[in-house]
Amino acid sequence: MLTVDDLNVWFGFAPDRVDAVQHAAFTVASGESFGLVGESGSGKSTILRAIAGLIDTWSGSIEVDGQAVTGTRRSRAFHKTVQMVFQDPYASLHPRHSVDAVLSEALKLQGMDDIDARITRLLQDVGLGRGFRFRYPHQLSGGQRQRVAIARALAAEPRLLLLDEPTSALDVSVQAEILNLLTDLRAEHGLTYVMVSHDLAVVGHMCDRLAVMQHGRILEVMDVDALRRGAGKTDYTRHLIEASAGYIRG
Amino acid sequence: MSRQMTRRAWLLSDAPQTRNQARLGAIYQGWLTFRGNKLAMFGLVILILLIAMAIFAPLLAPQNPFAQDLANRLKPPSAQNLLGTDALGRDILSRLIHGSRITLFIVGTVALIAPIIGLFIGTVAGFAGGWVDQVLMRITDIFLAFPKLILALAFVAALGAGIGNAVLALALTAWPPYARLARAETLTIRNADYIAAARLQGAGRMRLLIRHIWPLCLSSLIVRVALDMAGIILSAAGLGFLGLGAQPPMPEWGAMISDGRTYILDFWWVAAMPGLAIFIVSLAFNLLGDGLRDVLDPKGAKE
Amino acid sequence: MNAPLLSVRDLRVAFPTRQGMFEAVRGVSFDLGRERLGVVGESGSGKSMTGRAILGLVRPPGRVTARRMDLHGQPILNLSERKMRKIRGSRISMVMQDPKFSLNPVMTIGDQIIEAYRLHAGGPKGAGRAKALEMLEAVQIRDPERVMGAYPHEVSGGMGQRIMIAMMLAPDPEILIADEPTSALDVSVRTEVLNIMDRLVRDRGMGLIFISHDLNLVAQFCDRVLIMYAGRIVETLAAKDLHAARHPYTQGLLNSLPRLDAPVERLPVLQRQDTWRDGDPITESLETELPGGL
Repeated sequence: MLTVDDLNVWFGFAPDRVDAVQHAAFTVASGESFGLVGESGSGKSTILRAIAGLIDTWSGSIEVDGQAVTGTRRSRAFHKTVQMVFQDPYASLHPRHSVDAVLSEALKLQGMDDIDARITRLLQDVGLGRGFRFRYPHQLSGGQRQRVAIARALAAEPRLLLLDEPTSALDVSVQAEILNLLTDLRAEHGLTYVMVSHDLAVVGHMCDRLAVMQHGRILEVMDVDALRRGAGKTDYTRHLIEASAGYIRG
Repeated sequence: MSRQMTRRAWLLSDAPQTRNQARLGAIYQGWLTFRGNKLAMFGLVILILLIAMAIFAPLLAPQNPFAQDLANRLKPPSAQNLLGTDALGRDILSRLIHGSRITLFIVGTVALIAPIIGLFIGTVAGFAGGWVDQVLMRITDIFLAFPKLILALAFVAALGAGIGNAVLALALTAWPPYARLARAETLTIRNADYIAAARLQGAGRMRLLIRHIWPLCLSSLIVRVALDMAGIILSAAGLGFLGLGAQPPMPEWGAMISDGRTYILDFWWVAAMPGLAIFIVSLAFNLLGDGLRDVLDPKGAKE
Repeated sequence: MNAPLLSVRDLRVAFPTRQGMFEAVRGVSFDLGRERLGVVGESGSGKSMTGRAILGLVRPPGRVTARRMDLHGQPILNLSERKMRKIRGSRISMVMQDPKFSLNPVMTIGDQIIEAYRLHAGGPKGAGRAKALEMLEAVQIRDPERVMGAYPHEVSGGMGQRIMIAMMLAPDPEILIADEPTSALDVSVRTEVLNIMDRLVRDRGMGLIFISHDLNLVAQFCDRVLIMYAGRIVETLAAKDLHAARHPYTQGLLNSLPRLDAPVERLPVLQRQDTWRDGDPITESLETELPGGL
């Protein structure tokens, strides 16, 4: 479904050039849920943005569904295949667009017909009632906003969903609801997930395999059983797993 | 009463049932915020009165604003001429009432042209970036480098004196600050996640600009325009005062002050009355702008 | 030494809105001794507002009322801003979530700590400088001389938070209120920052109010935990007993966390009940010498 090889992403120009991602390589099979974990600044979100075509300074190869992509140009087919959910539900919805406007725009851009019925179905899919259709973002809670953002991503009926810390801005009880929703949607629509998170427990819950990143490099790719056992190949991974288990008085 | 209450509840509903209810609800919310600002309401009332005055000028004006009565020239305010008469014996009150039409015409036209030019140039520059940004912003800088009134003078001098040309000149000199403002807003908006999301949906540049960026820039522009109105009225009056705006015998407020200049020490009301009118209207626009900022400014609206 | 440092009874914070008064905090009561007291709740539970109310940082039109709010038996509710400023910093300090917004970007870090210290303790600049260096060392900053001359944007998030703690602790306060002090930090830095706070609290005998949304973290770090819901305390318990919590809300919060050691297909979702809003708080009789518990 997704193949990334020798991906380098940088910002700025020499001598201030920052290499955010270096020689990243991984593949995600169709129907798989793949996690990218690491601390802030490790480049995990940058990879997603490069795949989505939101960053133009990258080199290497990105193949989606067997089709190589270049620069920031993305074909119509790409938008129908890949969609993204962002971290901050307060920043990812246009403050002046109602839920209805957001979803109908997304549907129109994909050339869908029967928009009315589709909006109702999308809202149903993400667990929002009809009463939410004409609300503005400021009338929604964080979790509801994130549901709308997920509905927007689903409008294109994509097969690959890029999830950039979709629950890190939410309360734990709401996080559970959103994670359950994502699990259900994946089962229902046969989606492939690439999920970025700093929370190992969330990735452990959602993903089959994961890549551990530090300083822009992928240290190792492991499966979730290894994560649960705390069996990292590198010191950093083991340290990360240990630290995220909680606070141990030192 | 109960009907009133339900309508209010309908408007303030957190779960609107239709597109229209949502839209009306949003407007009503804004109106409630605006109404909370007493001074802004005061400004709004004055401006509504001004508009009414302009519409019904022929009915309201006690006398013909152009009728000269040389026997009655430079009379102080009295029962017959509430605000006195000018050097040609014309009733100042009637001229002020008719002059409100000219003021509104100037203000309205400039308020329509300048922000639109500014919005277009600013958002395109901010959104496109690169050399487009450079070229557009340097042009803006050139316009900004001249004092507004001087530039307007130059335009009017080139185009010829007259109210139409004065308006055009004012509009052409008023847009650069709006372009700056719109560009600054665009720069903060363009990297927002919701723009990225729309782009991922396959939205083209034009759509992003018009549907996503403009609505957000517009509100701060409207606030800015309302606050700038006073300046525009004064500039228009300045042009009129210098004889480059409205031509006699049009009762333009600035030109009226200019006429009264000669007699300012002995017959103060001739210049003071139009001055007072300009002052009140400018103040009203400023207060209105302040209230609009409470309602429209996205930064203030978060509270 | 059993008298509480801070004693709060029936604290309420209300804000006027278009729909009438909105109570963000609805009758919170607790005592704080020389202990680490965790305050846990979701966003909107009023936990941060409680901290701000204690420090007198609720801005009008917000209104703070309480039957009692005593610092060492001395009422501190609604003191004048001038008197409150004396207490703030020197006797009660606060560490905010994100150091980026709490440090002045145009002053060097050294100057800020010295100023914070001299504002309360006075004394010559030289003494302030020595104290600042000592504080930076206390929060385990290597090469404090260099950091003293740095500007906030030149340091990392974790270091910024340690600097904030140094600054807040410079005047030797009796109580430290930490509002989500580690939420903006990476896990590896988090442990360090917590260790520093822990040691300072223990060594100086301070009272710590640790406000957080992270139940597990609080359970591991604190002595006692208050769980807040909709502006009220719904349960008070010893941190070590957290996993034996009795209130359905606390249990629900704990269950909704994904766990590496116990994989599940679907996470249990918290079913909120209206009765939680006004029910009586569940309080266990604490078998500690710590005061309060209520």
